[in-house]
Amino acid sequence: MNKSSIDTTLAATYYQEMLRIRLVETEIAERYSEQEMRCPVHLSDGQESVAVGVCSALKKTDKIFSNHRCHAHYLAKGGDMGRMLAEIYGKETGCLGGRGGSMHLADPDCGLMASIPIVSSAIPLAAGSALADQQNGLNHVTLVFFGDASVEEGVFHETANFASLRNLPVVFVCENNVYSMYTNIRDRQPNRSILDLPAAHAIQGYHEDGNDIFAVHKATKNAVERARSGAGPTFLLFDTYRWREHCGPALDPEDSYRDKGEYDTWLGNCPIERIKRVMNENGNFPLEWYENVEKNIRAEITESFNFAKTSPLPSPLSENSETYA
Amino acid sequence: MKNERLITLGDAIREGLDESMARDESVFLMGEGITDKTAIFGTTNGLIDKFGEHRAVEMPVSENGLVGVAIGASMFGRRPVINFHRVEFALLALEQIFNNAAKMHFISNERHSVPLVIRMVIGRGWGQGPEHSQSLESIFAHVPGLKVVMPTFAADAKGMITAAIEDNNPVIYIEHRWLHNSSGHVPEGYYRSDLDGPKVIRKGADATVVTTSYMGLEALHAAEALAEISCSLEVVDMRVLRPFNPGTIVDSVRKTGHLMTVDTGWVSYGVGAEVVATVVSSCFGQLKSAPVRLGTSSRPTPSSRGFIPGFYADAEKIVRKTGLMLDIPKDKIEFVCSKLKKDRGDLPIDVPDPYFKGPF
Repeated sequence: MNKSSIDTTLAATYYQEMLRIRLVETEIAERYSEQEMRCPVHLSDGQESVAVGVCSALKKTDKIFSNHRCHAHYLAKGGDMGRMLAEIYGKETGCLGGRGGSMHLADPDCGLMASIPIVSSAIPLAAGSALADQQNGLNHVTLVFFGDASVEEGVFHETANFASLRNLPVVFVCENNVYSMYTNIRDRQPNRSILDLPAAHAIQGYHEDGNDIFAVHKATKNAVERARSGAGPTFLLFDTYRWREHCGPALDPEDSYRDKGEYDTWLGNCPIERIKRVMNENGNFPLEWYENVEKNIRAEITESFNFAKTSPLPSPLSENSETYA
Repeated sequence: MKNERLITLGDAIREGLDESMARDESVFLMGEGITDKTAIFGTTNGLIDKFGEHRAVEMPVSENGLVGVAIGASMFGRRPVINFHRVEFALLALEQIFNNAAKMHFISNERHSVPLVIRMVIGRGWGQGPEHSQSLESIFAHVPGLKVVMPTFAADAKGMITAAIEDNNPVIYIEHRWLHNSSGHVPEGYYRSDLDGPKVIRKGADATVVTTSYMGLEALHAAEALAEISCSLEVVDMRVLRPFNPGTIVDSVRKTGHLMTVDTGWVSYGVGAEVVATVVSSCFGQLKSAPVRLGTSSRPTPSSRGFIPGFYADAEKIVRKTGLMLDIPKDKIEFVCSKLKKDRGDLPIDVPDPYFKGPF
């Protein structure tokens, strides 16, 4: 990259947003053994650049849907950290009042409409959101995050077919982190590009290094502009990597389900280290600046955990009443 | 009460859709073949011509995906009405219905709602066979967050489709194919019938018979026949399965002391099971006999009409079981049954009995 074309201010913003996600996910992992976060957690360490790169290309009024691995998307879209942690702690101050837990995070005011942990289940919801906007003549864009296994589900294809047919203002974002739980993609799909699948539905696809936040942002910006202009859906495939186990706090570099050497390769590809290199090669960011950034983030994290820990649990719902709108 | 006239239940549904689409621009139709000339058994005839193509979304043959799309659209200000020609097609969409439609309001801490209506048709007769004849309301009625309704009469069909569309919750609207051509007195213009609960459709003193859908007509037929031997049945049409408000039924059983359920589904884990359990828990002391459940035989519906005699609950079975329940002398029951048989005559078993054309 040409030195003069790098927006180092933007890079610094990206760095702070990604570091914020990394540090809070790490803190969740470290505190998990306290057994006060009593729900399954699917952490995003290593994948921060996709969340931040994508969400930075969206307006606040654009909508996103996510899945069980939603913490990074929630934070990147502007969700409040205290309410996220309170939800994971099961408290009534959580973003869902404790009803959904870690796998269902949402903040509709910021644009995260719902996170659905059944693989691919949110994909048609996103298309429906786009259909509503199309019918109402609004120029919002809806974007849905899913993993590499999601394209194995029939409902992805059903939605892609319909979105393509109708030119819906929807963007499909596939985070390929190689593993579905502990099963490598080569054991789940034949040897062909994932992009063959949206192509079969006449949907244009783009394949980018998911840990290159500038590439992620640029691809998303183009896709969002296409959608907003009425040109229909785009499929974005971002290669990235998950550092922790599928569900839970452990880093598992030595676990036999990962190919030998693969983990170290991806560690060296850390999106936060990469943006730091870009910043340091193109701008002037002294050590104090980094220390200050980390200090501020840690202060927010501490305050957010305290908020979650000191918030009350919700009360049991009446046994005989059912919640209808 | 507005001017009433005699129309079919199918036309009544169409009128309800028409009124709803006229009053609320956000209401739109979805279906596989919603734009074709068959117009969902005629129930959507002329609506797209009247309101415009933008008020109908043709569904590719992708039930799960398109129900999900409808749920998503309904979260953002639209009010879709999905039309399935058969209950069975909805099976492909159970994940979206049970997980997203039923739970979105609750999980979102009541921030989102899903004002979606899904029409499903129960098939019967003409050899439609195992996968076009099922009555699967129990599956949907089991799930918190859904509403499940089964209109039996034309006036209710119109009022309840309106109420379902106006409801901010996902409503499963199950209609019986053999009721589409039955007639009833239906008010003109807009009205709604609240999705409140069971209704007494024939007052009686000797036994309470709770029915769903088409079985309401069989029970009325049986009640008319039994009246000739001075046995009076009180027939209660379930109408709304979920939420289940059993008050009307419990009041009836307190009065009569006897309960029979007759529904269109399989007996095990069916609607009758829920009704009997609720009634027994509520007024055990007033029961004078053990409740009886009638329904469809516990096997897939075979296609050939050779298999069908005795397969479904019908007026004759209701009469016979009532006789046992109330200790009515056998000769009187035989008298009633032979009259029922004579009335039916040579009518083939795989088409609706003209008796059930109404009006009721």
